[in-house]
Amino acid sequence: MADDAAAKAPLPVVPYLKIPADGAPFLEARQCSGCGKIFLTERNTCAHCGESGLMQAKPLADTGSLYVYSIVHRSFPGVAVPYVSAIVDLDGGGTVKGNLINIDPDPEKIRMGMPVEVVYQIAPTKDADGNEYLTYYFQPAA
Amino acid sequence: MSDVYVLGIDMIKFGRYPEKNVRQLGAEAAQLALADANLTIHDMEALYSGNLMQAGAMVGQGILQEIGQTGIAVTNSANACATGATAFREGWTAIKAGLYDLVLVVGSEQLGKMGLLGGGGSRKGIPKEGLLGSQTMPAVFAEAGQEHARKYGTTFEQFAKVSVKNHQHSVKNPKSMYQKETPLEMVMGAEMIAYPNTKLMCSVNVDGAAAAVLASEKKARELGMGRAVRVKASVLTSDPFTDRDLVMPDVNTCTRLAAKQAYETAGVGPEDIDLVELHDCFATAEILHYENLGLCGDGEAGKLIDEGVTWHGGQTPVNVSGGLLSKGHPLGATGVANIYEVSTHLRGEAGARQVENAKVGLTHVIGLGSACGIHILEKA
Ligand SMILES: [Zn+2]
Repeated sequence: MADDAAAKAPLPVVPYLKIPADGAPFLEARQCSGCGKIFLTERNTCAHCGESGLMQAKPLADTGSLYVYSIVHRSFPGVAVPYVSAIVDLDGGGTVKGNLINIDPDPEKIRMGMPVEVVYQIAPTKDADGNEYLTYYFQPAA
Repeated sequence: MSDVYVLGIDMIKFGRYPEKNVRQLGAEAAQLALADANLTIHDMEALYSGNLMQAGAMVGQGILQEIGQTGIAVTNSANACATGATAFREGWTAIKAGLYDLVLVVGSEQLGKMGLLGGGGSRKGIPKEGLLGSQTMPAVFAEAGQEHARKYGTTFEQFAKVSVKNHQHSVKNPKSMYQKETPLEMVMGAEMIAYPNTKLMCSVNVDGAAAAVLASEKKARELGMGRAVRVKASVLTSDPFTDRDLVMPDVNTCTRLAAKQAYETAGVGPEDIDLVELHDCFATAEILHYENLGLCGDGEAGKLIDEGVTWHGGQTPVNVSGGLLSKGHPLGATGVANIYEVSTHLRGEAGARQVENAKVGLTHVIGLGSACGIHILEKA
């Protein structure tokens, strides 16, 4: 049994993180082919233009720029602080929220507009059933 | 359609009342407002109750159980931090529609020492807080403020000055949770919660209640206009689609939309407003709303706080009650309490904190998710 669990592939932390059986993980949004607006969640009708049935898969880029951030010093019990909560505009469209890592949590070091890249790692926590999760982070672009 | 008037309005001192329940807090405010209007529950034709955290608990009916079960229609509203303003507007709508001549509005909330709010989201899988950024309210509003910093170079110090101002204002408000000055060094040096919001730049979770008696023009004339306040505009908006809204709640667009509608309806502009009570849930938010409400041009909010324009004695005093930052933020009561504050100044009854010659005032609340409520009030 233990071997079975270990062999199980990690689950995506959110539905918009895709893990192909053969290949690298990526983020995938939905895009309205009528007006071009991008959504991270599944929907039938576009919240912008109101048209239905026009949503298509939209793979997102792994590069982008830091739009805004906050350095979080107090969070819920059990959440390690400080950390940088970041909102990133990805190249080619799509805005995603996540932790910005591999940077000092210091306003002097973080520049809004700086180029960042998306990296994928196993999340530090498992769910109650012992499942592992693959998550994404942002880090300063190499 | 009839104009709508506030005939009676009051609030309990915001604070912590662990020995009471929320219906008792609401009942207390209701009786204060009824007494202020020189009326009783038997004169009321409907009750509009706003409460967020106990939205399923029939709080409005509970209040009537405390002050008189007269069998009138009760509507319970929940609309995040715009809950109180929403309940007020429900009452206003009913009078506008000609359904009633006299209604009671009560906003109430019991938060106690509830810690960080926010961070809901999906319960599926593993917790996302601290993994995919932060959904806590201090962080969400920090990020909203950082957008202003990014665009216009607004500084940590400018955000902090908002808190210095509102705490200083609260010293003269006996109904404020705190009445304590907090110098700039104290605000900036307080525990950092979510940069750039320190602990003193976050609103206070408290218990509270506020209530109002609303009347049709016919009824107000009959009972006497002496201390009446006219509701010149009552506007509620939700967040229109904007590109980042679903990832980064946009409190700006819905406020701008509401402000535009409110000024048009009232036939006044920002230059006519003598005082403003706006939604300073975090110090960063107040800066954004100076521009959203048209108190200054885009990019000028930092200058506004620096130059003292929004301080008591300035051209457009903002949050002379102490605001959510010092008076406290009992979610469902906040929107009615803001209307109480402005009405009290319009009536010339604000004592030591009176804004001189106040003729027209504006109240604003934001419920994240999002809802924006704006009221423009005028001395009748
Ligand atoms: Zn569309």
